[in-house]
Amino acid sequence: MTKTQYLAATALALVLAAPASAETLRLLTWGGYAPDAVIDKFEEATGHTVEVTLSNNEEMIAKLRATGGGGFDLAQPSQDRIAGPQREFGIYKPFDMSKIETGLFIPSMLESTKTNTTVDGEVYGLPDIWGTSGLIVNAAEAGDVKDYTDLCNEELKGKVSYRLKRPTLIGFAFAMGMDPFAAYEDEAAYKDILDKVEAKLIECKPIVKAYWGGGDELLNFMRSGEAVASMAWDTGGWKLNADNPDINFVAPTSGALGWVDTFALPAQGRADQAAYDWINFVMQPEIAAMVTESAGNFTASKGADEFVNDTLKAQYQASFPPEAVDNIRWYPPVPATLERIEGEALDRIQSAK
Amino acid sequence: MTGRGLGFYLLLAPLVLWLGLLIILPHIDMAIVSLRTRVAPREYVPSLDNYAAFITEPLYIVTFLRTAIMSVLATVITLIIAFPISYYIAKIAKGRSQAALFLMCLIPFWVSELVRTFGWIILLRETGVISGFLQWLGLADQPIEMLYNDAAMMLGLVYTSMLFMVVPLTTTLESLDDAVIEAGYDLGGSGFSVLREIVIPHAMPGIVSGCIVVFMLSLGNYLTPTMLGGKGSLWFTELIYSQFIVRFNWELGAAFGFCLLGASSLIVWSILRLTGQTLERTMGEGK
Repeated sequence: MTKTQYLAATALALVLAAPASAETLRLLTWGGYAPDAVIDKFEEATGHTVEVTLSNNEEMIAKLRATGGGGFDLAQPSQDRIAGPQREFGIYKPFDMSKIETGLFIPSMLESTKTNTTVDGEVYGLPDIWGTSGLIVNAAEAGDVKDYTDLCNEELKGKVSYRLKRPTLIGFAFAMGMDPFAAYEDEAAYKDILDKVEAKLIECKPIVKAYWGGGDELLNFMRSGEAVASMAWDTGGWKLNADNPDINFVAPTSGALGWVDTFALPAQGRADQAAYDWINFVMQPEIAAMVTESAGNFTASKGADEFVNDTLKAQYQASFPPEAVDNIRWYPPVPATLERIEGEALDRIQSAK
Repeated sequence: MTGRGLGFYLLLAPLVLWLGLLIILPHIDMAIVSLRTRVAPREYVPSLDNYAAFITEPLYIVTFLRTAIMSVLATVITLIIAFPISYYIAKIAKGRSQAALFLMCLIPFWVSELVRTFGWIILLRETGVISGFLQWLGLADQPIEMLYNDAAMMLGLVYTSMLFMVVPLTTTLESLDDAVIEAGYDLGGSGFSVLREIVIPHAMPGIVSGCIVVFMLSLGNYLTPTMLGGKGSLWFTELIYSQFIVRFNWELGAAFGFCLLGASSLIVWSILRLTGQTLERTMGEGK
């Protein structure tokens, strides 16, 4: 074999050996959901490469809307934020369920997510990671805070922080004894609930130190003692608990708010096979446990909790006694028009004196 | 291609491409988006609803006016602080110290705006450097929160745009012949009348171009008001961001963008008219 022939043969072999499945997976996700160790294992096992972009719910939708669902091959929005944007902007494509190893998922969670993300009979979302938002309280200084409305207590003036986003509106509505989820289909009733919440939040404004924007900002407030009570995610509380045992996540008496972050295929994704491979890969119990240790939250993978370390399990059980788990209020899919009403209410709260 | 050579068109091409692709086309697209309204999912009709919403909702107008007034205030404060600095650098400092002073004004701008703003957060926060120092001195008996109010935001805006005032002012002041100032004194002028009748008129193009740049930067600033501003200090750019990213309401966001563009053009035009300057003069002689 001459040198040229040898080179040509090698090139040909490389082309043939690189299977049709070796693709680049452009993943649009949250911090901690795709740890390096998992990516390395995935790349080794499948030959695909993974590029990760970190984002949040609103930015994910905005990015996909700007490109008509292009630029990414797999996105991870929350399950209540899929059906609405899909109807409005058509930024996702439906799942081919035959390519998903459904046996890896916790059946009840898979079913409820499928129901919530179904548009015109097609499924657009599969569950990945779930968790709750509630309160983070420094028990040494604000032990009385048991529910969202306690964040308005006069003695906590300048020591309270929450963010101006929809979970705050929803949480306060529940704490004030109303049920916003039941009013989702009735715009007038929902508006009525929001008006009351808006008035309450404006009344509470002097108590608030600052509305936090990012998770790190909040952790900083709590860690430095500048804030002693806030609304936040469970994992934030557990992280702080590791540094300061007085601080922990508290499930509010009116119920923690439960969210599920999903897998969704952007409409113009180019590496569908890699996306399906990724989903089936990270849903394996051992891999899902690695994701849990990185993200702090538990996954929809069946049996993965057995592989998770004891600290996380203990923190989880401390924050969620069995009755608190039953009390979790899961977000139903939010109709697009309601998001506009909420937006106006949030703007008015922020600009109020 | 008679009269003009190939070179002329080659030089023209980048300008046309830049203006056309990056400025004119996106603006046309935005204008179209701002002139439609949603009636049902994926169904839009042309309308002026978005501009009507801007005018009729007091929240939007109030935020808009607040942003414009605060930006003018930031520009005035920047000018008042930057003028003596520039005068010292251009006229009083000599040789190496002149270069060193100029460089010191420049150095903070080698790091990003984000880092500079974080610097202020570290200084001003409740558990921050200044609050701790005051307590150590015994001037305060408990931590003082200096962040999250309009004063902190103003401080950030002035700090962020200082350089853009100092540079044009220093260059115009340097071009003023010292002999002219001396002649002013020889003719019996006081320090104030020399400043008013010789220095300021000469520096006017620099003042105006500095003010225009600083005003534009403040009005369009997103980072500083978001990070340093308080729970009640909503900036107009935050409103635009939230319409686009958080509320998915591109139509209203685009309309807000055009209102901001219109207002800033109007204010710049009035500054030029009030000071009797033209854009050509400030851009040309100012440098």
